[in-house]
Amino acid sequence: MLAWTVYSSFIGMVILMLLNPANQRAARIIALLTAVTGFVIAAAGFAQHEATSGIVTIAKFSWVKSLGIDYHLAADGISVTLVLLTGIAAVVGILFSWNIEHRVNQFFAFYLALIGGVYGVFLSFDLFLLFVFYELAIIPKYFIIAIWGSTNKEYGAMKLALYSFIGSAMVLVGLVAAYVVAGAGTTNLLVLATYPFPESFQYWAFPLVFIGFAILAGLWPFHTWAPTGHVAAPTAASMLLAGVVMKLGAYGALRVAMTLFPLGLKAWQSELGLLAVIGILYGAMVALVQKDFKFVIGYSSVSHMGFVLLGLLTLNEIGLSGAVLQMFSHGIIASLLFAVVGRMVYDRTHTRELGVLQRMDLTRAIPFASVTFVVGSMASMGLPGFSGFVAELQVLIGAWHAFPGFALLAGLGIVIGVAYTLRALQQSFFSETERTAAGKQADPLEPISVPERIGGTVLIASTLIVGLCPRLLLDLIVPSFRSPLFEALRRGGGF
Amino acid sequence: MVVIAALAVLAVDLLVMRHEPIRYRFLFGAAISCLGCFAAMFWLLNIDQQAHALNGMLVLDPLTRFIKAALLLLTVFTVLISIEANFTKHIGEYFALILLATVGMMFLVSSEEILMIFISLELTSLSLYILAAFNKQNINSAEAALKYFLFGGMAAAFTLFGLSLIYGLSGATNLHQISAALKGHGLDPSLLAGLVMTIIGFGFKIAAVPFHLWAPDAYQGAPTPSAAFIASGSKVASFFVFAKVMMLGFAGVEGSAFWRNLAPGWVPVLAILAAFSMALGNLAAIAQSNVKRLLAYSAIAHAGYALLGIITHSSQGISSLVYYMVTYALTALGAFGVVAVVERRAGDAKLSDFAGFGQREPWLAFCMMIFMLSLAGIPPLAGFFGKFYLFAVAVGTDRTNLGLLWLVIFAIAMSAVSLYYYLQVLKQIYVVPVPVSAPISEEAFPGPAITRAAIGLLALGVVVLGCAPDLLLGRLLAAIHGAGL
Repeated sequence: MLAWTVYSSFIGMVILMLLNPANQRAARIIALLTAVTGFVIAAAGFAQHEATSGIVTIAKFSWVKSLGIDYHLAADGISVTLVLLTGIAAVVGILFSWNIEHRVNQFFAFYLALIGGVYGVFLSFDLFLLFVFYELAIIPKYFIIAIWGSTNKEYGAMKLALYSFIGSAMVLVGLVAAYVVAGAGTTNLLVLATYPFPESFQYWAFPLVFIGFAILAGLWPFHTWAPTGHVAAPTAASMLLAGVVMKLGAYGALRVAMTLFPLGLKAWQSELGLLAVIGILYGAMVALVQKDFKFVIGYSSVSHMGFVLLGLLTLNEIGLSGAVLQMFSHGIIASLLFAVVGRMVYDRTHTRELGVLQRMDLTRAIPFASVTFVVGSMASMGLPGFSGFVAELQVLIGAWHAFPGFALLAGLGIVIGVAYTLRALQQSFFSETERTAAGKQADPLEPISVPERIGGTVLIASTLIVGLCPRLLLDLIVPSFRSPLFEALRRGGGF
Repeated sequence: MVVIAALAVLAVDLLVMRHEPIRYRFLFGAAISCLGCFAAMFWLLNIDQQAHALNGMLVLDPLTRFIKAALLLLTVFTVLISIEANFTKHIGEYFALILLATVGMMFLVSSEEILMIFISLELTSLSLYILAAFNKQNINSAEAALKYFLFGGMAAAFTLFGLSLIYGLSGATNLHQISAALKGHGLDPSLLAGLVMTIIGFGFKIAAVPFHLWAPDAYQGAPTPSAAFIASGSKVASFFVFAKVMMLGFAGVEGSAFWRNLAPGWVPVLAILAAFSMALGNLAAIAQSNVKRLLAYSAIAHAGYALLGIITHSSQGISSLVYYMVTYALTALGAFGVVAVVERRAGDAKLSDFAGFGQREPWLAFCMMIFMLSLAGIPPLAGFFGKFYLFAVAVGTDRTNLGLLWLVIFAIAMSAVSLYYYLQVLKQIYVVPVPVSAPISEEAFPGPAITRAAIGLLALGVVVLGCAPDLLLGRLLAAIHGAGL
């Protein structure tokens, strides 16, 4: 049934394309209904999935017989977690783009195409199919940013598209080579994962595929698309970019690169771990000095995704499951922060300069935004009770086992994270010194609308629920690492 | 060959209708041409025999039948997108030439004898030269045709000289006999000269670097439907016969292009041509401001990718080459069809003429998006599967050492570059708003419904072949198997 998350998104896309462009209201409602359908299916699939179910095949038939390519959709605990995240982010993203008035049906058509591709990646267990969905997600991103974006949009969009495409070109080289070397005439991930690729081959194929995917996860020094892309994108797209698209990269690195080439992973583990840690520190420090509110969040995404990558590279169960949990958690938190900055603040004040926002006394003007942002900041800083805390703690513990030095540095990253978040919070919403200037604010800001309230509440609730009861997800994630798919990785990593 | 008769009748028939209005003549001419093509296709698909006639002058096997059917299909679409074109009044001659070129191509693909190959190559080329010059009001068209003709004439001379050297060495004109006679011969200077000259001749036909110089000017200056035909049907036929000549005729002297294991022969030569075509085609396309020129450079790049299929010289290589070229031809034809519509409206095909096309013509713009993304190799479109298959086969020729991987990596890197310029076109179509000072009235040339339907069908074909490649691939593999290659 989970397959219908993919199909329903594409059906929604087709309906929207055929819709009369003048009918904006219908376009919004259709898009919302489609996303909600996807979310309900995802939630049902999540609820049905049990810790013991292993890898559940959803659909499987031969696609290209002569090349051994199957259309194979399946789900394990990691997939259902990320599908659930996509469902939430999709619905909330539409709620926060309710105010788009320019070519509405096209916007949502591209949006749903992107969502459909993302669902597809998370559910594919055939390499070829996974790659198809992965690339399918590139083009809608370009158009969404280039048409509906703001600051420097065409540059940001093209940069994002080219970075993604170069990443996927690297992945394609690895995939073609792996397909040929295995010689089994199949692209089935489960079969290829059991094939012992020669060590010399893995030595170059692993970094190629891993980095190819990790470009999309914001791996330093290939992260530069992320801040510009996030800033240029319209709110919903920033939410999706940070919320789910960056997860595509991390997911691909885990699902493909690490399972296929465990020996290569072993060889490159500490080098790549170092890059991840640099990403954490670099992202945090750059975020500390940004003047543009959205850039702060953009760089914080790079920093938080560094935790995901570090967690993946720890190669122990606690670090790996922490990484997956962090994917979920960051997906929710980043969506929340971008929603506040992009929709609640920018669409009303038309500025993201922290210095200008300082004088606006936003706490009074839009109290809901301020509350939401405070909660989002607390979650982002990793306060106990929110999802970020559990996830980053797990990653740190895992990293402590694998490489203690990096764990210390990553811990330092959390401290800087507190600093830049508090700085942004203080400058934007709680600027005591400028209280008097508030009187000069002539026109009152438009109040927070109902869709925004619903969206904000959903996101806050999700991060709280996961933060208070992480077992809800962990009980599904941890057993997934014991499936045959990760067999070689376990033997290589020794966990 | 009933085909010839059917097509010749057409040419005569058309001359009768001199005095009818242009519109009807176009419709009528197109109808007859399509009918002829469909009849030929029907006849082709229904005979089930293998024949070698006249010492391999004409070979009839499932594979050549397959290619011929594809060529006829491409011709039908070319005819459909040229309906109501405004560049000529000589409609009968125009369609007759298209059909004659098609006949030439069909002979070309079904021959295994170098003399026959050369003659049919000339028949095709001469028809195409005239087609390129068909816009008599436009000086660019004449320039394009002249360039095409001069370069083509040179290339033909090279081919002929090369083939005559080969004949002198082997004493045979049949490709199988040539390769048998050349066996154990080694690469002596005269064979080398013959080989190189043959490659030059065909390199011109497929517009591989450094024999590509005619392509951008010819594509830009020629009437768009003619350019479409040069880019689609002619490319498919030339590539197929090139592969045949190389793989059958020069079977003993292929050499090797494997990394750290180079050996002299035609394979390394083609590998270098392929690498240069990909690099120059893609990089030069970035700088273009005219969409027809851009498509010309992209065609050069695609010729580079397709050469990979010949370099692998195996039956898998043939099948990946044919799949790639057929889907490429469909895509290019569609893209030129859209360009033709824009050109008729705006008078030119500059990138900026596409601004706001997405709002004015949502349907055609959507088709153009499909064509462009397929050319860039974005799944799930046909272009992506074609590339994947081609690359997988190329890497697979040397499983243990992955000798051809360097070329494939280069190809994939270059196709990443190509996304940039295809997105430039799409950016004009979707992102840039309609220019305020647009001088063209909205209803000037809505474009005939048949042309739109044809473009739509092509787009549908590209999507379907991308989503279900087995539809074509299954048949193709069966045909290759049947042909015993």
